[in-house]
Amino acid sequence: MDNGVIQCHRVSYRLGDGRALVSDLSFTVGRGETLVLLGRSGSGKTTTLKLINRLLEPTAGEVWVEGRATTAWDPIRLRRRIGYVIQEVGLMPHLTVEENVGLVPRLEGWEPERVRTRVRELLNLMGLDPSEFARRWPHQLSGGQRQRVGVARALAADPPVLLLDEPFGALDPVTRAELQREFRRLQEQLQKTVVFVTHDVREALLLGTRIALVADGRLVAVHSPEEFLRAQEPEVAAFVSALRGWQEKITF
Amino acid sequence: MNVFDFLFRNRAEVLALTLEHLALVAAAMLIAVALGIPLGILVTRQQALRRWVLGIANIFQTVPSLALFGFLIPVPLLGGIGGRTAIVALVLYALLPIIRNTYVGISGVDPAVVEAARGMGMTDRQLLWQVEIPLALGVILAGIRVATVTSVGVATIAAAIGAGGLGTYIFRGLSMVNNQIILAGAIPAALLALLADFSLGWAERRLRVPR
Repeated sequence: MDNGVIQCHRVSYRLGDGRALVSDLSFTVGRGETLVLLGRSGSGKTTTLKLINRLLEPTAGEVWVEGRATTAWDPIRLRRRIGYVIQEVGLMPHLTVEENVGLVPRLEGWEPERVRTRVRELLNLMGLDPSEFARRWPHQLSGGQRQRVGVARALAADPPVLLLDEPFGALDPVTRAELQREFRRLQEQLQKTVVFVTHDVREALLLGTRIALVADGRLVAVHSPEEFLRAQEPEVAAFVSALRGWQEKITF
Repeated sequence: MNVFDFLFRNRAEVLALTLEHLALVAAAMLIAVALGIPLGILVTRQQALRRWVLGIANIFQTVPSLALFGFLIPVPLLGGIGGRTAIVALVLYALLPIIRNTYVGISGVDPAVVEAARGMGMTDRQLLWQVEIPLALGVILAGIRVATVTSVGVATIAAAIGAGGLGTYIFRGLSMVNNQIILAGAIPAALLALLADFSLGWAERRLRVPR
């Protein structure tokens, strides 16, 4: 079981009342790959992410990360090896941008000087001039800047795995497109193992090396972006036709 | 004789009673904070305890203060005549706003912030000390402020069970049917309450996190 950084083996997650949020899910994410979990709201995508960093534990099956079941990992150690970005960002409002980005390195006990250097490097990488942004407070940033800081924070301790939960979902279309482009550039450069959750087909096609379609907590299909456009499954076709509608309007 | 003449002529005694009053309130608040904040944190972690803890603290608050002082007199260890009993009563009064505001402050922290903190691998302790308490501090302090201001007022009743403080003048004035003497206790007590309100309000504004 060493040909995947993340492996889900027949994973289910049920609530106390028996309702299943995720059922019998199996997939593998290889090193350096970006797997997009695509699905409508409430399809179990977010639950799946939380099963990977053990914010939730499967009620059946196992999730393996770097060759070990998540339940065998110390959850704190596991999470420090996994960058986590959520749509609401969740920057600490009482910490500056610099302190937010340096949070995990500080938790890991890095020297202050090393943390500072790393923070500057990351802000530059995310296109935020450190001399302008390092001292700012989260409430002084625009939505796009906040999410850049969120991504910088997730990358801070150089984790091999990155989980992103609709990271660009709350941004205006122009900012979103900008961040999508930068994410592509970043991913080419950093080659992290990424699981990216979205309900936006275009985003999935743009960013994914493979697209896993999830519906009602079940995995419908996993395709490369090229296969996805030609795939026959009705659930996939529904997403593709949503895309077509948009294309037809502008080509005519 | 007007109140201010009275206060001026008895300034040594006024000062002593004011300090005694302050000491009662300060001791009670230190204990109430030391008990109330951990209890408030506990009920954010153990939801099942919440109704019990807040319910009991609520009951203490509904007992009329003079009666509470009276009830405590026969209680062994905590009770009796004097300062100790007064402090116990003041603590029981102060607990509710402190516990409640600690609970409200911590459960009011943005869930996205808590999720991000957990997701990046903070331990429970780190989450509490580095995220939840700093973000709840303004609200917790508001609770301490309410409790302190109330305590300054309630502490005037402590004189009824021989604990001294500015209530001494109030009860003396009542028994002598002399408004000037009542005011000699009431005015400094009111000033103390205002001072506590103002200074804690200032600290609270400084600690509120901008959003």
